[in-house]
This record gives sequence, structure tokens and C-alpha cells, in this order.
Amino acid sequence: HKCSGSGTGKAPLSLRAVLIIQNWFRGYRARLKARQQYALTIFQSIEYADEQDQIQLCNFFTFMLENYKHIRKEEIELSQLTESKLDMMDKQDYVDLIDVPDSYQGPRLQFPLTCADIDLLLEAFKGKQILHARYVLEVLFETKKLLKQMPNFTQIQTSPSKEVTVCGDLHGKLDDLFLIFYKNGLPSGSNPYVFNGDFVDRGRNSMEVLMILCVSFLKNKTYSISYLQIHGKKILQTLEELYTWLPIGTIIDNEILVVHGGISETTDLNLLHRLERNKMKSVLMPPKEINKDYNTDSKHSKLGVTISAHGRIKASGLSSEHLPKHEWEQVIDILWSDPRGKKGCFPNTGRGGGCYFGPDITSKILNKFQLKMIIRSHECKPEGYEICHGGKVVTIFSASNYYEEDSNRGAYVKLCSGTNPRFFQYQVTDATCFQPLHQRVSTMENSAIKILRERMISRKSDLIHAFQHQDRRKSGKLPVSQWAFCMESILGLNLPWRSLSSNLVIIDQNGNVEYMSSFRNIHIEKPIKEANSALVETLYRYRSDLEIIFNAIDTDHSGLISMEEFHAMWKLFSSHYNLHIDNSQVNKIANMMDLNRDGSIDFTEFLKAFYVVHKYETMVKPEATNLA
Amino acid sequence: MADEKDREETAVAEFHKKIKEAFEVFDHESNNTVDVREIGTIIRSLGCCPSEGELHDLIAELEEEEPTGYIRFEKFLPVMTEILLERRYRPIPEDVLLRAFEVLDTAKRGFLTKDELIKYMTEEGEPFSQEEMEEMLSAAIDPESNSINYKDYISMMVIDEN
Repeated sequence: HKCSGSGTGKAPLSLRAVLIIQNWFRGYRARLKARQQYALTIFQSIEYADEQDQIQLCNFFTFMLENYKHIRKEEIELSQLTESKLDMMDKQDYVDLIDVPDSYQGPRLQFPLTCADIDLLLEAFKGKQILHARYVLEVLFETKKLLKQMPNFTQIQTSPSKEVTVCGDLHGKLDDLFLIFYKNGLPSGSNPYVFNGDFVDRGRNSMEVLMILCVSFLKNKTYSISYLQIHGKKILQTLEELYTWLPIGTIIDNEILVVHGGISETTDLNLLHRLERNKMKSVLMPPKEINKDYNTDSKHSKLGVTISAHGRIKASGLSSEHLPKHEWEQVIDILWSDPRGKKGCFPNTGRGGGCYFGPDITSKILNKFQLKMIIRSHECKPEGYEICHGGKVVTIFSASNYYEEDSNRGAYVKLCSGTNPRFFQYQVTDATCFQPLHQRVSTMENSAIKILRERMISRKSDLIHAFQHQDRRKSGKLPVSQWAFCMESILGLNLPWRSLSSNLVIIDQNGNVEYMSSFRNIHIEKPIKEANSALVETLYRYRSDLEIIFNAIDTDHSGLISMEEFHAMWKLFSSHYNLHIDNSQVNKIANMMDLNRDGSIDFTEFLKAFYVVHKYETMVKPEATNLA
Repeated sequence: MADEKDREETAVAEFHKKIKEAFEVFDHESNNTVDVREIGTIIRSLGCCPSEGELHDLIAELEEEEPTGYIRFEKFLPVMTEILLERRYRPIPEDVLLRAFEVLDTAKRGFLTKDELIKYMTEEGEPFSQEEMEEMLSAAIDPESNSINYKDYISMMVIDEN
């Protein structure tokens, strides 16, 4: 290393001063980078924990659909919206039920689609217009029709005049999609694209992204593929069917395998080519046993989820509608696995599904099927892409600023046989990206801590119970290690609790945590004062699940459900999730929600009322503690 | 005596957990190794402020016989525990930092010009890289006067850290 003065006559005092400043700055900068990394770790572990929560929701959905038959007196019952019925209905009949009023200002699509329609849609979305539900359904129907004709793996051949562009997760980030099309051109016969899954969810413009991709696909056969995580509500059923028909993967030039997650040591491409992919009803449900009473008390599925419904699901007669277990596992591995440096194949404990696969597994599988490379997505990478396993595995991620402003770049890769892959990076920028580092880190950190604190408040009762259990002397304080232990076991998040403690809780001079201080400046705003806190927390924790379920029940989209429906649904919900909530409490809530005493509940109003109040928008920072 | 020993053992156990947490956050492969280029960040995030020279020596101690570009946790833990127990590489107190700036401000104006700061930081001591220089300037510089009011700068950084 260099250590120089600018001349022999230089006073050592100024050299010492320079060294002091440099030393301090490097320390400060390193702590900023560490804080940035902590924030990213928080975002990522909550993301993966949420994915596991979705598993529970999907299980509940199925359970509900099967058990909830006789409540609604309307014609179209939820349980009857099965695939067979929709198939029997002519698309025209179904879509014709929907009228587009003259007052509609948005884009009007003509079928069969033309290039003009893609441009129309792009311009409309740029102008923040909304696409009418009728066109949405038409696009989805047409897309599904076309997808049904495609094999499990799409085969693409490149040539010098026809490179293929592979994009990774978009997560509903429309701006990133616009940026990609701007840099790389619109999809066309000579400019084909592969979109490697996770196009929607989380981002604000999921439907727009989906529409653009479907329309591009219909016009140009952009090879849109695999794994769709959906949060759309009203068109849920149609989307569910569509995504079961999405191909599992793509093979480019017979040597590059493009799948969403990765592989496992047992991955069998021949089997994957053959299986009936549409029978994968949901990635997130384990296949049912055939002709058995499915006792679901505390049963752990492969994905480590406890299904604790107090009921029995009769699964007879459903065997033909689902994939056999070994095929289902093959698809799970393809969609959920992550590459790692360690050799071998291990269960993917972070995700609860798929595995971690090492470089030896990659070599083995590539050799077995005479392939040269795997391109996959599924993980956010700071540079938008990452190469590992000696160049044999490429991760490509196309949603820039995924967690927060400035968290990462996005990228896409262009492929042509005989040449090396070319990577292109980008970042949807904002004025904030020119802020100094400490402000950007601060923003990201505040956002991560806020999310974490909201997590904490949703488990407040359980946390307090755990803290008090450890606090024998009822002092209101715990050593950091015990506090950290409680946090990790209740929240189920593997985070650096000691390093984060100063952001979450007050610590006294002896290094002990005042565990109640986390809850001081934050509370859940209750819609009804009388509701007790445990119930409020529960409703808050499950609010997005409840919203989805309510919307599914509300088939006439009136925003209202009847008291009877609410009670029935709540009963199912709480038994499935094993919640111990007093029925009288629920009755009280239900009655109070029926504000005008007409027997119906405006649930959107009810759910909107649950928001977390942060007393101060900026973090309340406790006294700084000295490390070591 | 037994009490003291107990306390030291608890302190060591706590250090171990703290070090493990800081290490794991940078262990992207989940295989108990980190890229050697992140070691400086990890050590500094634990509150220590080694100079670049001292860091260089530490890395040499932590690397394998045949350097792999990765540092293993098994090697890092004892070395880092020792550093924390001995309270080595203590951070610079705020007043010492302020006096350092004042020393460089020979004309006692209360500020340094952008050019002066760049010259000092990139040509003397353990020179900054371009990236480090840009980052310091982006936060420190007052765009109108093109100078650094170091007292304000220090206050701002101290607030941000606390």
C-alpha cells in the first residue's frame, strides 16, 4: 500500500490529520455499506417468508372452494367456476356478457390483433389509462387458446440475424419493461423475447405488464414462459387457468435451458417434456392422495407448511385432475431452486420448496441432456445478472430497484449461437439516484425497518408473551441475546438481530433491551374501538389474504357481502389457520361492520381501516450504544 | 474471580454471535465464506477502524495458504474476537476528527476548497480511490461555494450514524 507525503519538508502533523480523516471516512463508508446490506437482507427474508405464507393462502383457497358451496344463493356459484364449465362456455358467450360503454376512454382492441394494437396498448399504459375488463378477458382467452397448443418446452433457434433476448423477473414493473423495449426494440418475428417468469405481483402495474406480454405473444409469438405469481383478484379464475398452460421452460439452439428457478439432482427433462403441465393446478399445493380421506391435522407437506384444518377433504375422483407426486416434484424443482457454491443438492430452506444445487449438479445434468448452459431468474441480483458455476449458470433479473429505490440494477441477455451471451444492464432512475450515498442508504434502511416493524406489530401479542416468559423478574428488560432469540423464533426471520437492535428497540447502558419500547410509537389503527388487540392483530396480519378471499366471495363485485357469508367464511378461515378467536368477538365485529343495519358488510371499508400508524414518519432513534 | 470469568465468557459468547451475524449478512452463498473484498466492510461494521495498512495485514492473516479470494468463518471468528476483546482499532472521536480538518485548514477559514480536499485525500496518507473521493464530495460539498464546511459535514455524518 502507498503511504506518502508530498515532500520531505511536509510537517508530519498534516500527514497525521490526513490519515485520521481517511481512516474515519473509510470506517463510515463501510458502515453505510453494511447498513445497506442489512436492509437488503431484511427485504429478502421477508420476501421469502411471504412466499411461504402464500402457500398457506393457496391451500386455504382450495379448502374453501371445496367446502363453501351452499352459501351464495346467486346463479354462478364459486365452486362451479371449474375449468370444464368455462371450456363449455363459448368464449364469445362469456365475453359478450360484458359491455364496453361509449364513455370508455381507454384503448379498444381488435381481434385478431395487429401491430397497431401493441402500440395502442403501450401508449395507453404510458398515459396511465385503464384497459376495460372485457378486453382483458378477451386477451386472456386468446392467450390461453394459443398456449394450449404449445409443448412443455418451447424450442427456439437463433441465427446471426435473429438473436433472442431473455428477460428475467419483472414483478409488475412496467417502467422496466418500457425501458427494455426502448433499448432493445419491440418483440417481433426477427426480435424474439423470452420472459422467464415472475412477470407479475408486487409491482404496481402487474396487469399492464401481463397484458403487454400476452398481446405481444398473440401477435408475434414472443415466447413467454412459466411461473406466474398472481395477485389479481377479479379475473383470478381465468388467470389461474392461463398460467397452468404456460410452458415450463425454453430450450435455445438445443443447448441452453431456460427455466425460472433451476434444477435438482433428479431433474429429468424427458419426463418434463411428457407430463401434462396443465394439471399442475397450483405450484403451491401439494398433490392430494388418491381416494383417501385426507386428514389434514398438522400435516407437513414437502414445502414445510403445516396444514392444520380441522376438517377432512375427500379427494376421491380428483386423481385425474392432478399431477402424480413425482411429476409435481420435478416441476417444483424447476421453478423454485437456487444455485449455490456448495457442491451437492440440499432442500431449499429459504423458500420452502425446490433445492439448492451446486456446480457438480449443474455439470451432471447438463452433460446428461447434452446442454451447455442454464439461464434462470428467481433471485434479485444487485447487478441485474450473475454468472456462477464456472459460467454454466446465469441468473437474469429484470426488475430494477426491486426492493427499494437503488437496491439493484435490471438486466437482459442477448443470445446467438456461436457467440458469447451479451448482457445489458439498466436502472429506472429517479432524481433520488443522484443523492449522496448516505441519503440513499438512509431511505432504503428506513423502508426496511418500517416493514420489519409492521411485521412485529402484527405479532405483538405473541412477542410480548415470549418476552415476558423470559423475563422472570418482570423487569421489562432482557439481555440482547434473549431478546434476539424471541424475535427470531416468533417472527421466523433469520436476521442479524443484534446489529439491528438499535433500530428497533431501546437499549440501556448495561446493554439490556427494554422490550416494550418497540411498540411505543407504532400501533394498528382499529376500525372499531371495542375490538380486542389480539383480534385486531390477527385481522391485520391476514388482511391481504382476507381481501383476496372476500373478493372471491363477492361474485357480483358489489363490495358487499352478507352477514351469513361473512360468518361462514370466517369460521372456515379461522379453523384452517388454527386461530383461537372467540366467536363472540367476531360477532361483535361483524355487527359493527354492518353500519346501516341492512344485513350486509362493506368489507373494503372495513379492511381499509386497518393500517399501521407510525407515530413519527422518521425513525425514532434511541440513544446510540457503543459497540464493544 | 469466578464471577469475572463468567462475565468474560458471556462477553465472548456475545461477541461470537455478533461477529457471526455481521459475517452471515455478507455470506451470499450461505457456505460460511465471504469475498475477501468485503472483509474490510465487515470489520468496520463491527465498530473497528483499522487503517488500510492494518487491514492489509489482517487479510494476509485471514487468507488461506493458497489464497482463494474467500475468507472462511472458522478463521475469521477467533481473529475478530481477539480484536474486539482487546478493543483494537478504536474509532476516531468527533473532536479529534474536527481538529484534523482544522489542521488542514491552514488559513483558518472554517472551510476547505474542493481542490484542496481532493489534493489532500488523493495524494497523501493512504490515498482515496476515485470512487471514495466522489462519495465524500457528494455529501460534503456545498455546490454553491464549491467548498466543504467541515464542521457542518461532521455534524451531519454524526447525526446520520446515531
